[in-house]
Amino acid sequence: MQIMLFLILISLATAFLFLGAFIWANRSGQFEDMLTPALRILPDENGSNTMPNQDREDRHGTKPARPSRH
Amino acid sequence: MEQNRRDPVATETIYYDNATVRNFAVATVLWGLVGMLVGLLIALQLPLPGLNFGEWLTFGRLRPLHTNAVIFAFVGNGIFMGAYYSIQRLCKTRMASDVLSKIHFWGWQLIIVSAAITLPLGITSSKEYAELEWPIDLMITVIWVVFGVNMIWTILKRRESHMYVALWFYLASFLAVAILHVVNNLEIPVGLTKSYSLFAGVQDALVQWWYGHNAVAFFLTTPYLGLMYYFLPKAANRPVYSYRLSIIHFWSLVFIYIWAGPHHLLYSAVPDWAQSLGTVFSIMLIAPSWGGMLNGLLTLRGCWDRVRQDPVLKFMVVAVTSYGMVTFEGPMMSLKSINAITHFTDYTIGHVHNGALGWNGMLTFGILYWLIPRLYRTNLYSVGLANVHFWLSTLGLVFYVISMYFAGITQGLMWNEFDSEGFLAYPNFLETVIHIVPMYYIRALGGAVYIAGVLLMIYNLLKTVAGQKLNAEEEAVVPASMVEVPAHEDTFYGVLHRTLEAKPMPFVILTTIAVAAGGIFELVPAMVMEKLAPTQATVSPYRALELEGRDIYVREGCYTCHSQHVRPFRSESVRYGEPGHAGEYVYDHPFQWGSKRTGPDLSRVGGKYPHGWHYNHMIEPVSTSPGSIMPAYPFLAERKLDTSLTKRKFEAMQKLGVPYTDEEVLNAEADLKAQAEEIASELQANSGIAAEADKEIIALIAYLQKLGKRLPEGGEK
Repeated sequence: MQIMLFLILISLATAFLFLGAFIWANRSGQFEDMLTPALRILPDENGSNTMPNQDREDRHGTKPARPSRH
Repeated sequence: MEQNRRDPVATETIYYDNATVRNFAVATVLWGLVGMLVGLLIALQLPLPGLNFGEWLTFGRLRPLHTNAVIFAFVGNGIFMGAYYSIQRLCKTRMASDVLSKIHFWGWQLIIVSAAITLPLGITSSKEYAELEWPIDLMITVIWVVFGVNMIWTILKRRESHMYVALWFYLASFLAVAILHVVNNLEIPVGLTKSYSLFAGVQDALVQWWYGHNAVAFFLTTPYLGLMYYFLPKAANRPVYSYRLSIIHFWSLVFIYIWAGPHHLLYSAVPDWAQSLGTVFSIMLIAPSWGGMLNGLLTLRGCWDRVRQDPVLKFMVVAVTSYGMVTFEGPMMSLKSINAITHFTDYTIGHVHNGALGWNGMLTFGILYWLIPRLYRTNLYSVGLANVHFWLSTLGLVFYVISMYFAGITQGLMWNEFDSEGFLAYPNFLETVIHIVPMYYIRALGGAVYIAGVLLMIYNLLKTVAGQKLNAEEEAVVPASMVEVPAHEDTFYGVLHRTLEAKPMPFVILTTIAVAAGGIFELVPAMVMEKLAPTQATVSPYRALELEGRDIYVREGCYTCHSQHVRPFRSESVRYGEPGHAGEYVYDHPFQWGSKRTGPDLSRVGGKYPHGWHYNHMIEPVSTSPGSIMPAYPFLAERKLDTSLTKRKFEAMQKLGVPYTDEEVLNAEADLKAQAEEIASELQANSGIAAEADKEIIALIAYLQKLGKRLPEGGEK
């Protein structure tokens, strides 16, 4: 079953590539900040929100039914 | 270092490329609709075999078209749409090369068109989800590398030092798919439209399902997780529940996924330890997968009231829930006791559609509803219609998946059932098929409802963009240079990082060479790995007519409904015969084990019926098997067998290690004619069928009669 050896080697090689990437990421400080990256993706770069009504109102101006508040 | 971050940074204005994103979005919708319509047609062909039109539109040829269209055209374009949008914003830079973006877009569409033409023509390598023939495989390699280069180059040019988790998902997907695609498509060409897999039998099966499983992992899952981690927080306008968990999700997923492939080959002739390895890693996958699912769902904590109003979030919630269901179901199906019932049945079809319709489809729709209005700086035409679409999709999904689960378990149990006297309770395979035909109608209904939703979406999106101008060049104010994350500058990796970043081109070129090297192997495989297949004295290679017949079997996609591997169960031994041995498949380039039994297993069919039965069965299946849902193949009795490549096929097989003597290669055509005459005269003598010896059907009969007469200890030769 040479093929098993072949597949295992190529899978291991892939795994080592990922491992190398992980070590690089870790050492270069990619994981030092686990808080702000998730926040920093949220604002758009053009400085303003171009669509204030996005997802809340469609072009007919109809708002989706508000859930009743208890 | 905290000080650094607070320093005011110089900014500059750049422009994001939205045109490429829009193009990929249009392609996603268009090819998605095409792929789903083909799916609906083949779903209807099962209960209504009359819908198999002519020779180009039979189930066997269209099923690969459906799977390839949905995976590589619908989801593929969806990946590129979301990746091109998010990479630019995460890196705070325009895509590195507009030319590469264009080549990537048009090249990918060309590949899809080539697939849509060649698959109905029967040009196929028969390896599931990798059916496309070698010239298209090479095109895929080139375009995939173009995508990778464009992406990596952009990432190297980024202005934001931290690589958001979505980028990691895209990078891993690129790398893994490149490797998988090249290895699984190692083949030796015989002419422009035909090739033979470098591997045979068990080896080919292992490579195929190592690929098949990881195609699901690295094409349908990891890139879409990248999209989830970008678009779900953006749509909800809140950060992902736990960024740390997303990082753990990513790394554990990529390390575990690659080992789970053998779970597709449980109870086969593959070594037991490899099967167990596949099972163990599949079970381990539950942890990262569910971590990711929970991370997605918990991102919405505190804003579930918005989920009630916003169709974008609704689609995403169902998508992530489907991801959770599928990633629980998969490991369960990798357990041998469950696999014994579900494998080869429609359960698997239900499982993958839970993933494709739920996870991939719903996430794509959610992203489209969020993205398209943004690209055109407008609001969605109608939230109400989007809500109707949401409910149609969800209902369609439920109808589809439940009916297939029901059909799968029912049929799996029927196959294995014995009566009180120890005989098979359903000795006639057809009985178990007819029993689940109503489920096929419900499944088709589910698919139709799902497609109705897609049509609504197309209308809604067209109305949204009508009269609006695409914001093709979106202005963005970004830092003038990279905002550095404090790095351990003096370490080897710190230096390496800076070196690579300073020189993106050498890095890109090295990557290209690494992947292209694989493409070269595709052309000259014989020089690299000669005689991979061990020869077996007791198993005889195919005779010329049988090999030609086998190629017709491959062309017609018989493997989409018939397996060629008997599992070691008592029920299967009674129904079909001896379980499959590794040794009997050594000349099968490519292997034909299949993954679905809509019809019975064929690996022991040789000699079971006379030639005349096969002849009549091909022309009109119901004439020999009343109630059969198999397509009719009358054209096989009319089409002349093309023998122009026979000799070259033998030479190719010789190179692959099949022990044909040079004399046998020279006499291939003569031997083919002799065997064909033999079968034709027997048809005339025993069944009174006047068949011409030079027709394709004769070759197919020769191949079918050879099956099962290749056991290691068999009497033949």
